[in-house]
Amino acid sequence: MRIGIDVGGTNTDAVLMDGDRVLAAVKAATTPDVTSGIVTALDGLQTQHPFPPADVQAVMIGTTHFINALVQARGLAPTAALRLGLPATASLPPMVDWPGRLVGAIAGRAYLAHGGHEFDGRPISPLDEDELRRHAADMAANGVRSVAISSVFSPVNTEFEVRAAEVLADVLGPDVPVSLSHEIGRVGLLERENATIINAALRELAAGIVDGLAASIAGHGITAPLYLSQNDGTLMDVEFARRYPVATFASGPTNSMRGAAVLSGLGTCAVVDVGGTTTDVGVLTGGFPREATVEVSVAGIRTNFRMPDVLSVGLGGGSLVRGSGTDTTVGPDSVGYRLTEQALVFGGDVLTATDVAVAAGRVEIGDSSLVADLDPAAVAAALERIATDVADVVDRMRISADPLPVVAVGGGSVLLPDAFPGLGAVHRPEHFAVANAIGAAIAQVGGEVDRVFAIAPGQRDAAVDEARQEAVDRAVVAGADPATVEIVDFDEVPIPYLPGNATRIRCKAVGDLRIEQAAGRRA
Amino acid sequence: MIGEGDLEALARGAAVLGTGGGGDPYVGRLLAARALREHGPVPLVAPADLPDDATVFPVAMMGAPTVMVEKTPSTERIGATVAALAEYLGVTPTHIACIEAGGVNSTFPLVAAAQLGLPVVDGDGMGRAFPELQMVLPTLSGIAGTPMSIADEKGNVGILTAVDNHAAEALARSLTITMGCSAIISDYVMSGAQARDSLVPGTLSLCARIGHRLDRVRAEHGDAVAAVADELGGRVLHTGKVTDVARRTVTGFARGTALISGESELTLEFQNEHLMAVRDGVVQVTTPDLIIVLDTDTGEPVTTEALRFGHRVTVLAAPTDERWHSPAGIALVGPRYFGYDTDPVRFDARERP
Repeated sequence: MRIGIDVGGTNTDAVLMDGDRVLAAVKAATTPDVTSGIVTALDGLQTQHPFPPADVQAVMIGTTHFINALVQARGLAPTAALRLGLPATASLPPMVDWPGRLVGAIAGRAYLAHGGHEFDGRPISPLDEDELRRHAADMAANGVRSVAISSVFSPVNTEFEVRAAEVLADVLGPDVPVSLSHEIGRVGLLERENATIINAALRELAAGIVDGLAASIAGHGITAPLYLSQNDGTLMDVEFARRYPVATFASGPTNSMRGAAVLSGLGTCAVVDVGGTTTDVGVLTGGFPREATVEVSVAGIRTNFRMPDVLSVGLGGGSLVRGSGTDTTVGPDSVGYRLTEQALVFGGDVLTATDVAVAAGRVEIGDSSLVADLDPAAVAAALERIATDVADVVDRMRISADPLPVVAVGGGSVLLPDAFPGLGAVHRPEHFAVANAIGAAIAQVGGEVDRVFAIAPGQRDAAVDEARQEAVDRAVVAGADPATVEIVDFDEVPIPYLPGNATRIRCKAVGDLRIEQAAGRRA
Repeated sequence: MIGEGDLEALARGAAVLGTGGGGDPYVGRLLAARALREHGPVPLVAPADLPDDATVFPVAMMGAPTVMVEKTPSTERIGATVAALAEYLGVTPTHIACIEAGGVNSTFPLVAAAQLGLPVVDGDGMGRAFPELQMVLPTLSGIAGTPMSIADEKGNVGILTAVDNHAAEALARSLTITMGCSAIISDYVMSGAQARDSLVPGTLSLCARIGHRLDRVRAEHGDAVAAVADELGGRVLHTGKVTDVARRTVTGFARGTALISGESELTLEFQNEHLMAVRDGVVQVTTPDLIIVLDTDTGEPVTTEALRFGHRVTVLAAPTDERWHSPAGIALVGPRYFGYDTDPVRFDARERP
């Protein structure tokens, strides 16, 4: 058995699963300390389907806690950003394009030092350890509690970041965590560095949250290992989560999509998650969310995280319905959490999408007699508008002319029709309201390579094999069962204007979590 | 005047004129923003207003955009690069110019101008982006690219004198690679009269205008693609979804073909920049005219590197500067120079069969 938990901004959902079967599913309110909401949810599971805690083999948690902490600028550590690359890169120092509010929130201090590499691995300048010690002393004097190190072309050569971390640890002591950019991002200095600084600023908070999560699980007598889900739908263990909290940032939509996939049995599909205010549409290919290809801005900071490609539209259960006939509009404005006061079915005076769904008999919410006198033609027009708008978003996400099955999840999915014109039937799996927690529970383990390879003539196959093997090895090291690991994504892009047939290869491998081995490791 | 507030729009417009190449102008915009914040706005001078005896120094980055986003340029060296060439030539620069309006090179001259306290000429050497140093209208006017200066961030500076502009490209390219695939250059030093005669006028303000208009149209939920077509006097060639992207590397340059489905299928040939559009075996338009790929929804320009399967795009064609269509211009940047066995096909405002 496994337990999947999704800690959202409003609700903490939990599911108890045996393989792909859902044994129990509960929703509890999210609490400010996170852990008491989890405790309530676990109690709920135990009530619904009593289970011996020792039978639980793994607990997986997806949380938006870290991204919310950044957006709200709370719980962030005073952080220093050290960049190795002088005399290059000095014109754009660390945090150059950050909102001032966030630089203030992390008491951000930027340091530039010698080091860095050229694209082909030659050093830009040698590492200057005295310079690093001086910077470290200044960090200590200014109360820095976490450090991010970025070195130019560290995805090509990691040597300077690793050595600089040793020098800093020597001066700052073991209590100041150091985050290294080559472990966090890809080529693109500012974006990778930004992600590393965010990670550094979150590490104190991560330590506290991870301890809290572990304690709430242990409090239920569960001794199974605990995992957190990452942006790309794969898992990290708690030790990794302490070190890389930034990797959890977009796990919400990812889990919802993966959960929808397992509930519907469809590996390749569009997932439509309809909430109260917005509808998020993503696409799964081979069971994994398609990733966004452009830089992703988080709280106004440009990063190059691996994030799922999600298109959102302002349409949900609380969306306002206006106009008539073909001029009918639904959203983008919504009554939001005031649905239970303002919607007609709750005695309010605002016509919402939920009212229309109730009037059409698609769902029973509130008092249906309050919408009994709505004009059936107007109701039909509003539902038609919703269907057209959502179908349009799904179609935008489609990557080929082949039909793409649509899976609807989320509380608001009752607004959707049973079939979309041109797209086919809408799948509505059981337990659709807790798809996120299910997605967390079934997550796999992955490994990725993203590097520039200099490919000599006739050596392309060797380079490709090397990249694939490295991705597989990384997945196994991360805890995947070697027998189940496969390459799920491969991308090869020659880099223009570079000599020597430089080619950027990205390769991702994933496999099932090695449960027995993982449990054994903990014992 | 160009101030910090114009840079985002300028960089976006420059990516449009980059016709898929010239790199992501984000880093260039940040560098220019810093320089303008420090030194104040830079005056923009129309080529027509240049005195005959002005001494115009074009400034650019040479190298791989992929490298520039990792080893970000050190702008301290930009002013020094100009100064080294001025000292070698024994002249005093009066104006800075832009040699390539498309992509990252639209903003580097602003940094140099801000640092040196000089005005920038509102124009550029090609009216778009091209990959090689000799591919500029001044070459057609008989202006020598060298003596030129080339500098890295470490303090290395070279002065090159080449027998012709093709040789200048070859020599500077190999120095650039040694310098870590990213170098600052100043070349094609010219008089005010020559600049008036050989540059494409108004391209920097055109970039800013395109960028501002994209912002405005998007805020009004208008048709961003139509707005870009209107600014450039171009038309939509095709709208559809990218169904295949095949890339190969030939002598260090990325070449590729993209298929875009839609009502019909359009084939795009690119090498750093988009160079040829073919429908049903019929060539629709080729270099030197502009072939621009925009995100259909946002009007945001798409670089050849970012072109991916599934992307919804609109392909625009727009006329280039008339001088590129002269026999000498076609020899320099026509489809055969890039290895396509076809005569150039000019932009036509009417639909082709």
